[in-house]
Amino acid sequence: MPAENSALAHDTAAAIARQSYGKLVAFLARRTRDLASAEDALSEAFAAALVDWPAGGVPKNPEAWLLTVARRKQIDALRRQQSGEQATGHLQLMADEVAATAASEAMLPDDRLSLMFACAHPAIDRAIRAPLILQTILGFDAATVGSAFLVSPATMAQRLVRAKNKIREAGIPFDVPERNELAERLDSVLEAIYAAFAEGWSDPAGTEARRRNLADEGIWLGRLVVSLLPEEPEALGLLSLMLYAQSRREARRDACGEYMPLAEQDPQLWDAKLIDEAETLLRRASTMPGTGRYQLEAAVQSAHVVRRLGCSSDWAAIESIYAVLLRITGSPVVAINRSVAVAETSGPAAGLAVLDELAGDSRLTNYQPYWAARAELLARAGQVDAAAAAYERAIGLEADPAVRRFLQRRRSELVGAPPR
Amino acid sequence: MKYMLLIYENDDERVAMMDERMPHCAAYVETMKKAGIYLTGDRLRGATTATTVRVAGGKTQVIDGPYAEAKEQLGGYHIIDVPDLDTALAWAARCPSAARGSVEVRPIWPL
Repeated sequence: MPAENSALAHDTAAAIARQSYGKLVAFLARRTRDLASAEDALSEAFAAALVDWPAGGVPKNPEAWLLTVARRKQIDALRRQQSGEQATGHLQLMADEVAATAASEAMLPDDRLSLMFACAHPAIDRAIRAPLILQTILGFDAATVGSAFLVSPATMAQRLVRAKNKIREAGIPFDVPERNELAERLDSVLEAIYAAFAEGWSDPAGTEARRRNLADEGIWLGRLVVSLLPEEPEALGLLSLMLYAQSRREARRDACGEYMPLAEQDPQLWDAKLIDEAETLLRRASTMPGTGRYQLEAAVQSAHVVRRLGCSSDWAAIESIYAVLLRITGSPVVAINRSVAVAETSGPAAGLAVLDELAGDSRLTNYQPYWAARAELLARAGQVDAAAAAYERAIGLEADPAVRRFLQRRRSELVGAPPR
Repeated sequence: MKYMLLIYENDDERVAMMDERMPHCAAYVETMKKAGIYLTGDRLRGATTATTVRVAGGKTQVIDGPYAEAKEQLGGYHIIDVPDLDTALAWAARCPSAARGSVEVRPIWPL
């Protein structure tokens, strides 16, 4: 039954591409550090599989089959490229590996973590680390990664090529760093994963499938790191944080597609299963030494989700967590969040005082959340004119139409007339 | 892999302080030799001694001074042979000049 065979072959190939792409790339690129050639060889192997498997049946160990074929393609490519003695040693080693892979039924070693550490190496431009991980671990093409990060496919492709060249030519190692360096280096891996997640999360309407998927992929990568480094509290913290955020995905819009701020969301719409998992992860992380930014941000989320039990958010806890986060990160974004918490515990005037300390920071001049927070606190403090002006700034800076409409509603409730 | 560590620092200060600082540099080089990674290296005379040559339109131009006028100048280099970039970076960080100026790490591209 050729049709059935063909369907099975396609399904198997697709499942491997989904589950093991990064594993195969990591294995193929390990010796040469040449990611581009590993990816090329692997895509040729997948193409060969789609020809061979429908006719001859899916092999018993399809991953090993793909590896063997990809290795041969790599060797062919290397032979074409290099001649003479310098290639011989390399080729022999690779040929030995082909034989070893074909012979063994053993599990493919999982070097994805090493690959992620190479992609998020401090010698690689920070902005390209997340795209590079998405491409090499998950097999995203440059166009998909580009559209997720709002960069043209050609530009993204060029940047990815440059980063891969740097890995190969500068000799960036495919290694999990030593214990004494691990926490710091892991931080840049986690940052890249969070950046991927955040890109997906910032499409609240869920209208762009590619970006929505990115939030799922971020969580998938977070799970992968946790499974490979189960004793790293910040890895657990990041996964927990992403799951808390994801649990509220649907609640960010009402039935008409209008924006719902966190304070007005119906906790019944939050995904209880994801929250439970997030809570468990955060508890596990808290038993390990080393508190960091992701655990703290997850702890803030935890203080909000008590609302599903009918309590109000624990603002006192949230305020003190933000104070610690501010000390660690010095980030003005954290300071804004802290001002909102202070307003809840000590009144809007106290919150505004915190915001006033930030007023000179030029990074906030065009930062929507600063103006939205300011407007909200001014409104609560009864400073109607100043609040209306701050809402105006926030509206002008917002790109999401639903959020813009929400801010406009707030503003007109305040001044008693529609703005236009 | 072979890497060149290119040492950039305030050139006037480097030349003026050379005698005082030389023992640290010597100890650093000695340590790299003991580790079996050191290939070669040297210090350079001050940038005021530099002469730059350019051939434009078949005419040779000789210019007094370094390639680019800047306070920080190339003052020396080491070539080491280590397994990967991380190892090279670790050695670069131990270079006494890294605390004063910067050390650029570049892979050697064999001819």
